[in-house]
Amino acid sequence: MKGRHVRYFFGKIGLFFVTLWAAITVNFILPRMMPGSPADAAIAKLSQNGPVTPEVRASIEAQLGMPKGNLLSQYWQYLGDVVHLNFGVSYSNFPQNVSDLVGAALPWTLTLVGLVTIISFIIGTALGALMAWKRGTAVDVTGTISSSFLSAFPSFWLALMLLFFLGYKAGIFPTSGAYSSTAIPNFSMDFISDAVEHSILPALTILLTSLGSYVMGMRNTMINTLGDDYVTFAEANGLRQRTVMLKYAARNALLPNLTSFGLVLGGVVGGSLLVEQVFNYPGVGLLLYQAVTNQDYPLMQAIFLMITISVLVANFIVDILYGVLDPRTRR
Amino acid sequence: MTNSIVSTGMQTSAQGDGNDPQGPQVRTARGQNPVLRALEVIGKGFRTVWEVPKARFGLILLALIVLSTLFAPWLSPYDPKAGDFEASIGPSAQHWLGTTSNGQDVLSQLLWGGRVSVMVAMVSGLLSTCIAVLVGLSWGYIRSFAGEFVGFIVNLFLVIPSLPLMIIIAAYLQNGGMSVIILVIVLTGWAWGSRVLRSQTQSLRSRDFVTAAAFSGDSSWRIIFHEIFPNMLSLIINNFFGAATSGALSEAGLEFLGLGDSTTVSWGTMLYWAQNNNVILTGQWALLLAPGLMVALLAVSMTFINFGVDRLSNPRLREGKA
Repeated sequence: MKGRHVRYFFGKIGLFFVTLWAAITVNFILPRMMPGSPADAAIAKLSQNGPVTPEVRASIEAQLGMPKGNLLSQYWQYLGDVVHLNFGVSYSNFPQNVSDLVGAALPWTLTLVGLVTIISFIIGTALGALMAWKRGTAVDVTGTISSSFLSAFPSFWLALMLLFFLGYKAGIFPTSGAYSSTAIPNFSMDFISDAVEHSILPALTILLTSLGSYVMGMRNTMINTLGDDYVTFAEANGLRQRTVMLKYAARNALLPNLTSFGLVLGGVVGGSLLVEQVFNYPGVGLLLYQAVTNQDYPLMQAIFLMITISVLVANFIVDILYGVLDPRTRR
Repeated sequence: MTNSIVSTGMQTSAQGDGNDPQGPQVRTARGQNPVLRALEVIGKGFRTVWEVPKARFGLILLALIVLSTLFAPWLSPYDPKAGDFEASIGPSAQHWLGTTSNGQDVLSQLLWGGRVSVMVAMVSGLLSTCIAVLVGLSWGYIRSFAGEFVGFIVNLFLVIPSLPLMIIIAAYLQNGGMSVIILVIVLTGWAWGSRVLRSQTQSLRSRDFVTAAAFSGDSSWRIIFHEIFPNMLSLIINNFFGAATSGALSEAGLEFLGLGDSTTVSWGTMLYWAQNNNVILTGQWALLLAPGLMVALLAVSMTFINFGVDRLSNPRLREGKA
């Protein structure tokens, strides 16, 4: 029995490293599979201002760290850079380091998207459990219909609507950025309340568009557990309704929902690209968008790698937790 | 709940083939009249979906959207690309939804633009479902090292975050137009369906009717597509609408970011131009509201249809006492 458990965990750890390697490799191959080269793109931009001499071209290629040597040695070099978190220099924010840019954007994204994701998961799961318990009643029907509508809204469109009606028309909330342009980021109460005020509309957008999937996920799994024999048995034994609902049905329905929550939490690092773009919120999502529009390949690659790795790590933690919480998966 | 009536063609045949001694006869009857039998199954399935009020709403809504885009040449009052009206005016009798900053009629753009959006949603939904079926069914049926390898690839695609991947690929393949948009949506959308269809295949492959087919010497290919596939139709349809829904939303998002072909008229590019031309500041709420609402309605209609399709595949989710 014990050997089997050890094998389960070692299998998961092995799979994690193989997937990690594959993801890092995909990130290496992707730009090399695409037509055109980053240097060509940078030179095309420069040449809009005048002709580019071969000397300028050579210096650009040197500055941008253009790949030299055959594919294998490039790959080896790339792996070394990844291990040392050396992602080179950004094209569009020259001469800033990619790592510094990401480091500046990350706190904004982590606080906004991270907090909202946790709140959304808690509210969504509670609502879903309640709806499954009161299945077929007005609570359930209203909840089902409204969460289907909410998750069908394109997030950027809801963002635009909130921005237009609450930001511009009613003028209740600030319309752009993470803090007032005159404020200097620090930890004073003034600045924090300013930042909170700026984050309300983006937070509301992310909350509303993400809530639906938790609600429906929890509702559907819990309806399934409510049909299981042990729940019927608990009811037949005359346990209190509250106990049956929370300790029997909801507790067991929570596990699958936790998986999707773990994955989403890993994706938080990537920010909420569309929402951040609409509100001009200086997070990782906006940074990725700017990297894409400016064809800033080093920045793009670094952000993509960071998002993938954090999703992978989250997935790994969820897998391990799942094995601990639900012994049946270790078989 | 356990005594709920099995009212669908697919469910009956699944159970008949599996446990019922009448099974083989049912299959010969189907063999004699394959077209009639298929029509009967489709009819029964459709009726089950139609009986769910939410799904009925979804079907009607989807039909309205598809019809309005199909009849765009007759319904739309003006040429969607002709910018020969006063620019940036609000809703009026001539222009129900106002005009764009280039003096184009918004309502005409909305009707014509739906063609692209609906088409991309359907095509990407169909393609990712096809891949999901091919991968999911063979992966679930074959137990060998190849299966492990396929599983690894699918899991890799599941953990790579799809929106950043889509955006990056679309950025590398600049100005590729609709085909690139469809390509990236399919590339990031097939893996989830494969996993769902695989687990269902695994549970079906141990059923008696599959074992019987294997003993009678049918090839794996035949077993997968003649025995297992028909019993998973409801899940596959479910997967199609799910993939088409996320396809519609992804397409709108990518085009809103300007990663599609911004010269075509679609709901996503309408929002792209609206934002780029600062419609928020000029106060044209209709231009901002309408395209996004249409995307939302398209997504809602397919989500609601799936409430009915769920009923085909999971009896526990059946609504009420029906």
